[in-house]
Amino acid sequence: MSSEWPLWEIFIRGQHGLNHRHVGSLHAPDAEMAIRNARDVYTRRNEGVSIWVVRSNDITASSPSEKGPLYDPSNSKVYRHPTFYDIPDEVGHM
Amino acid sequence: MYAQLVKSEGSKTREEMTPEEIAFQDRIDRNEKIEPKEWMPEGYRKTLIRQIGQHAHSEIVGQLPEGNWITRAPTLERKAILLAKVQDEAGHGLYLYCAAETLGVSRDELLEALHSGKMKYSSIFNYPTLTWADMGAVGWLVDGAAIMNQVPLQRTSYGPYSRAMIRICKEESFHQRQGYDIMMKMCAGTPEQKAMAQDALNRFWYPALMMFGPSDKDSVHSAQSMAWKIKMNTNDELRQKFVDQTVPQAEYLGLTVPDPDLKWNEEKGGYDFSEPDWSEFFAVIAGNGPCNAERLGARVKAWEDGAWFRDGLMAHAAKASERARAARHAAE
Ligand SMILES: [Fe+2]
Ligand SMILES: [Fe+2]
Repeated sequence: MSSEWPLWEIFIRGQHGLNHRHVGSLHAPDAEMAIRNARDVYTRRNEGVSIWVVRSNDITASSPSEKGPLYDPSNSKVYRHPTFYDIPDEVGHM
Repeated sequence: MYAQLVKSEGSKTREEMTPEEIAFQDRIDRNEKIEPKEWMPEGYRKTLIRQIGQHAHSEIVGQLPEGNWITRAPTLERKAILLAKVQDEAGHGLYLYCAAETLGVSRDELLEALHSGKMKYSSIFNYPTLTWADMGAVGWLVDGAAIMNQVPLQRTSYGPYSRAMIRICKEESFHQRQGYDIMMKMCAGTPEQKAMAQDALNRFWYPALMMFGPSDKDSVHSAQSMAWKIKMNTNDELRQKFVDQTVPQAEYLGLTVPDPDLKWNEEKGGYDFSEPDWSEFFAVIAGNGPCNAERLGARVKAWEDGAWFRDGLMAHAAKASERARAARHAAE
């Protein structure tokens, strides 16, 4: 038989109040084992308070070659940033 | 080092490069990280698979010489420390295999290449660990040499490799320090214990120097790898740094580096030292070191003996997901 264990992407919440962050991947037969393995591989020194595992095959990623068309539209919208507006000093902190 | 003789693909002048290759090299020169799905020259990809794979294999095979002493550690505390250290090395291997897999090679292909001898691992792990002092010498010298190589690799151009190196470097300094700690204890112990420490240094000194790979004049693959920033320093640069750092540490222990020609060179601001026996190095790499057969044999046996277990868990996972699907179906 011998088929390779599927690949899982591992996301860990480092501390309460932070987002889960991608830390790497590992192979495991199922989600439960993926979490157990992630505990041993990625949190040997208290690096996490919560673990998410996602089958790598289930992730859809934006394509690197689309980088331009995907992000260019936001380049010209400088008015989205607070620094675009001049507020007089007299108004105080805003 | 952990990757000592990595054959590098292609080496082109700017005039010979395609526009894509020029744009790629420019990104590397600007210190941009290259990420998995982005365009890269085939040679870059192949060289990285070789290097990261060799590095991963070294971490995994590297567990064996130290694992040898887990059951015989002198105290419960030393045993717990050694276990934690060896477990870290397993983790390092896993981080690196994952990084290699982002380049389109599978884990099974990498393991198959290790087991068949097609891919190498560091020569250092083909030496035996004969006494408890060897656990000290390995942590101090072998992990010390590894750190020397891995710290600059944190800045390597390939994103997943760089991130794996950053994780690894965070964990390595414990490895070196626990080794030096063992050496300090042995050197402050009975004359017999100190003699064991000296003997361990005698046996591991030259093999540790070999970890950095052949001398620059014989290292044919460096230039392209350095242009791609998958090799950050030359072999001789790192070896020199290692000697300069390690000699004072040996002096502090009251041990003698087994090199009669070792001498401080004021002019270059570093030590002059004897090169290792390169014919021994090439023999070990070719499979003829003292423990090559034993190490590879242990890896292959572990893989084969574990096959029923890997398959069993897969079968269980398949059944469980089938049952879950049937239950969902029935509920509808
Ligand atoms: Fe390591
Ligand atoms: Fe280590």
